[in-house]
Amino acid sequence: MNTPKIAIIDYKMCNLFSVEHACRFAGGNPEITSDVQIINSSDAVILPGVGAFKDAMANIHQLKLDIALESAIAKNKPILGICLGFQLLFSSSEEFGKTEGLGILKGCVKRFPKEHEGNRLKVPQIGWNNIEICRDVPILSGIRQGEYMYFVHSYYVAPADDTLIVTTTNYNGFQYCSSVMAGTIFACQFHPEKSAREGVKIYNNWISSIS
Amino acid sequence: MAITKRLIARLDIKGPNLVKGIHLEGLRVLGKPEEFARYYYEQGAEELMYMDVVASLYDRNSLADIIRKTASEVFIPLTVGGGLRTIEDIRSVLLAGADKVSLNTAAIRNPDLIKQASRYFGSSTIVVSIEAIKQRDGRYLAYIDNGREYTGVEVVSWAKNVEELGAGEIVLISVDREGTGLGYDIDLIRSVTRCVSIPVVACGGAGNCSHVITAIKDGGADAAAIASILHYDYIQKNTIIGDYSKEGNIEFLKKGISFTKVKPTSIPYIKKQMIASGIPTRVLKAEGINEHS
Repeated sequence: MNTPKIAIIDYKMCNLFSVEHACRFAGGNPEITSDVQIINSSDAVILPGVGAFKDAMANIHQLKLDIALESAIAKNKPILGICLGFQLLFSSSEEFGKTEGLGILKGCVKRFPKEHEGNRLKVPQIGWNNIEICRDVPILSGIRQGEYMYFVHSYYVAPADDTLIVTTTNYNGFQYCSSVMAGTIFACQFHPEKSAREGVKIYNNWISSIS
Repeated sequence: MAITKRLIARLDIKGPNLVKGIHLEGLRVLGKPEEFARYYYEQGAEELMYMDVVASLYDRNSLADIIRKTASEVFIPLTVGGGLRTIEDIRSVLLAGADKVSLNTAAIRNPDLIKQASRYFGSSTIVVSIEAIKQRDGRYLAYIDNGREYTGVEVVSWAKNVEELGAGEIVLISVDREGTGLGYDIDLIRSVTRCVSIPVVACGGAGNCSHVITAIKDGGADAAAIASILHYDYIQKNTIIGDYSKEGNIEFLKKGISFTKVKPTSIPYIKKQMIASGIPTRVLKAEGINEHS
């Protein structure tokens, strides 16, 4: 089998180096790009992310990356959304005032409450937390229930359709959705490329599923 | 489950080398940072922190190379700090492979940089490090340029300010304890963790495993940055190869090492003690992890 070509969408905001390296480490042929044609000719697409929702959306529109992503989805290409890239797929976000997202999935992005049932939540959540797997999906094969993944975020996704949820995570008593699967899209709040060997395994699983 | 407390291997860098100083001065060359980094990754560190200790003073092309090498083989978060002054500086470090940046001198001189940077790169990418020195009257003041320059800024009010400006995390360095092995300054840590809701990383002074436990349990730190005890453990267990004669003070490496206040300890051992003390920590799958201290 050929090494799958993976387009890592670059909307000019963040460090894509670790995503690229994790892809290569896991047997993919990644390319960081904002070129619509390269995205169109790829086998699979990653929408990565760190940064502010509003600026990210502005850059995505300006570079016409939203159109490229929608066309990749229409062609049933595997899509991996990570962190902000996961959030951007949804309808809207509260970050720095209400901002429209890509709207590919229904739901909104909300800020963690400062307190939940008497527990203080430090925001952002920075660190390693567990994922509770509630749906068996091939991309998480070999990942143990409750595995530690690395999270860095102040906002979380509340999907309109609960049946999309693959994992949940509990931050100091506050339970939220930490990944979803919808058709060929898998998107997660945590950073597999920063989650040591177990995270790299998710890249392995994802890349070996690309035909 | 609750989020785990993090162990952060802190690597001070000068040019191409890992160094360690006392009170952020008097640097000793220890070896190649990327080799230490890979080892700490394999041992189960939650995070790495590279501090370019002389970046405010000299140029620093080698830092980007070290970041690139590390990011290509180590899949845990990497924070980079030292001499970052502008949005462009931050961007260049992030593009080289850092996940977060740590600001100090530039942030105190121009607090608006924290606001701009967190607005642009997201709060969680922006870490502010505070170099605290205890005054005779008991107050803690923030210093800049590796603890060299007085600012008159009071630590707790600066920490609150930093949070308001949008920083995602604080690295709280006790310059008094740095490199001494005497333990973290628990009063300092507690005074800040009580007043801010963003994560606080305790830094400066870890000389043994129980210091780490205390910083988390009594100080309320969310993470502990550890340098000497890990570096000396690495040096004891690994052969350092290379010629560092061009890089200044290598007496430490040539003589072999002698420890006074610092008890070399491995990450797996610290984690065991954390579990025994009821501190939530990331438990690794057993494969290939050296459990011995």
